[in-house]
Amino acid sequence: MDATALLLSRIQFGFTISFHIIFPAFTIGLAAWLTVLEAMHMRTGRPVYQALFEFWLKIFGVAFGMGVVSGVVMGFQFGTNWSVLAKMSGPIQGPLLSYETFTAFMLEASFFGVLVFGRKRVPPWFYLFSTAMVSLGTTLSAFWIMVNNSWMQVPVGYVLQNGYFVPDDWTKIIFNSVVWSRFPHMLLAAYLTGTFCVAATGAWYVLRGDNYAESRVMLRMGLFLAALLIPAQLVFGHLVGDYVHDYQPAKFAAIEGRWHDERPASEVLIGLPDPATESNKYEIKVPILGSVIASSSLTSQEVGLADFAPQDRPPVLIPFVTFRIMVGCGLIMLAIAWFGSYLSIKRRLRRNRLMLWAIFLSFPLPFIAILTGWYVAEVGRQPWAIYGLLRTADAVTPFLTAPAALTSLLLFGAVYLFIFSFGTFYIYRLLRTGPTRLVVEPPHGASPNRPMSLADPELIQSAGE
Amino acid sequence: MILFWVALLAISISIYLLLDGFDLGVGMLFALARSEADRDTMLDTVAPVWDGNETWLVVAGVILWGAFPLVYATLLSAFYLPVIIMLLGLILRGVAFEFRHRAAPKFRWIWDVSFVGGSFAASFMQGVTVGALVQGLKFADGVYVGGVLGWLSPFSLLCGIGLCLGYALLGASWLVQKCESGVRDTARRQIPGLALAVLAFLIIVFAHALIENLPIMHRWLDRPYLFVFPAVGAVAAVVLATSILHHNDRWPFAAVAVIFVAAFGTLALSFWPYMIPFAITIDEAAAPHASLAFMFWGEGLFVFPLMVLYVAIGYRVFRGKVGGTAGHH
Repeated sequence: MDATALLLSRIQFGFTISFHIIFPAFTIGLAAWLTVLEAMHMRTGRPVYQALFEFWLKIFGVAFGMGVVSGVVMGFQFGTNWSVLAKMSGPIQGPLLSYETFTAFMLEASFFGVLVFGRKRVPPWFYLFSTAMVSLGTTLSAFWIMVNNSWMQVPVGYVLQNGYFVPDDWTKIIFNSVVWSRFPHMLLAAYLTGTFCVAATGAWYVLRGDNYAESRVMLRMGLFLAALLIPAQLVFGHLVGDYVHDYQPAKFAAIEGRWHDERPASEVLIGLPDPATESNKYEIKVPILGSVIASSSLTSQEVGLADFAPQDRPPVLIPFVTFRIMVGCGLIMLAIAWFGSYLSIKRRLRRNRLMLWAIFLSFPLPFIAILTGWYVAEVGRQPWAIYGLLRTADAVTPFLTAPAALTSLLLFGAVYLFIFSFGTFYIYRLLRTGPTRLVVEPPHGASPNRPMSLADPELIQSAGE
Repeated sequence: MILFWVALLAISISIYLLLDGFDLGVGMLFALARSEADRDTMLDTVAPVWDGNETWLVVAGVILWGAFPLVYATLLSAFYLPVIIMLLGLILRGVAFEFRHRAAPKFRWIWDVSFVGGSFAASFMQGVTVGALVQGLKFADGVYVGGVLGWLSPFSLLCGIGLCLGYALLGASWLVQKCESGVRDTARRQIPGLALAVLAFLIIVFAHALIENLPIMHRWLDRPYLFVFPAVGAVAAVVLATSILHHNDRWPFAAVAVIFVAAFGTLALSFWPYMIPFAITIDEAAAPHASLAFMFWGEGLFVFPLMVLYVAIGYRVFRGKVGGTAGHH
């Protein structure tokens, strides 16, 4: 095993999956939002809902396309770079991910076609049904991914036979408490991403002074839904923390920045963990709070990192810092959602330009929270690929050389940067144009299975003039 | 159960070869198009379906992982660089497809280049992979020991070119079926040359196999009944030649498709019961029963037929000539 090839493979996996997760995180929420808009349109008949639906469908199309393109890579990278993992856990991870392809991709692909072309060809209830099916498809995809990843975090329902993890209880693998706290946590994160992007777009239009009716709906629905979902997200976040506490004590200690056993344990709010001295620099901590958070107790003893041999500890700094960024983003989002909703109910939001700017500029927060949350989960799991069973260093393709890994990493970097620049520029251009200036009818030449052709440049240019 | 998943894998790969084969082929022929209008027409013939076509690669990939994890892990790691370059090619051509329409005319060439280049890279690397498999990878005690460049040989590179020619032939016959006048006539003129090149390629491969005394040659000689498949391919080649001479629009694609399936069948059955030729058999590679059964009772029995049905409906919706009354462009 080549140490450089291992490091490069880890960087490559981290880079390609970070790039990929941005798009599904966005489209899961957007698909649900589209379903809500279509249902509202059917119930109330108000044209504003249809205008918003057509507008967000175009943005959904671009983001969905980028997600599909970058997602194909993920299915093959387990085999190319992590062939030992792919072989050993293939009997469990393979079937789980094949269910994702079979159940989710099929639903998404077939009903996405109806969304683009079906408006005039199918009855309204079926159109709504199709929207809901696309949403279900994106959700199912997230579900199988979370089952798969949760098994890597807390492996259950298997026996080790001849170097393979052989499934002996699929119900345990799919219906365990780890999956059912992490899947809702991910789903809520995706929904929150949707609500904040929608609310931020609404705030932008109010600041610009156009799209009056649409911006009103976007601001209200986005903020109200976020205000309701964030508390639920905090609860599930806490449940996720519970599983880490119970099953992955080293990760938990790293997140907490706790080096030595403490009873009762204090909670480090901020600080700079230093592995050399096994202590934190510049730390600010609250006594007893650590025990309260970890075990809902005033007196419990909590485990410190020094209990684990150095080769069994995760790198402390990354989980410690990224966890605090994630929580920080969540708290800022909570403040914005609650205060914004309050102002909106009091009908003072449209005049409060400072708050509108805050909402507008808040759209990156959910993306940052999702990425940092995943870094906590994945880096915190180190040095294990499958927690407690297979080390990352043993999971890598044994004969992979550093030049080969470097070549692929550089190629991925260049190509992804290239397509990401164009994709985000394109979404930006659509958002800038806004719903009222976009023609409502599907553009000529757009086809299903060709998501990005939904957004036609000529249309935008002509509409923008 | 193992047999079921081998069959489903073979069906998925065949569907992939035929469907993504023609749109990758159109991607390569795109470089030879004479005018902007021709290029637009060529794109329109594959635009509604290419994404679904590519999904079959993922389907084949996850069946391989779930049902034959040893083969999935061994092949993808042994073919590290070819797989990565193929994936990047598929990304570049997929995105180029879409971005081409919205680029300013003076920058459109960037996306044309990435469309052609991506199609070529993906096809070439798939051919290289098949070639290296036929030639045989280096194994010791059931473990791949060929290293990062173990797939690289004159023979595998030759197979890369061969598959590009084959896909181009499939693409040209697709264009004959889907287009009218200009594009169709150009494609029809390309078919004889491509068909002869593919034939020459197959003869060279045959000769190469004989000279090198490759193990696969012996399998063919040991199993004369396999010559049914090349025979079917030969009949299809005659049908192809006849249909070109009679300016028939529908038969060339069907004939080339049969040639492809015959070639794939010849290859697959001559390997039998090996999945990685002469190193790993189907039974050795198969996942435990608990995995295969879990996949069988859900996705195998119920979801797979739905997927095939959807593809059939999709192609039915977009049947007919591009630009004709049945077209949706």
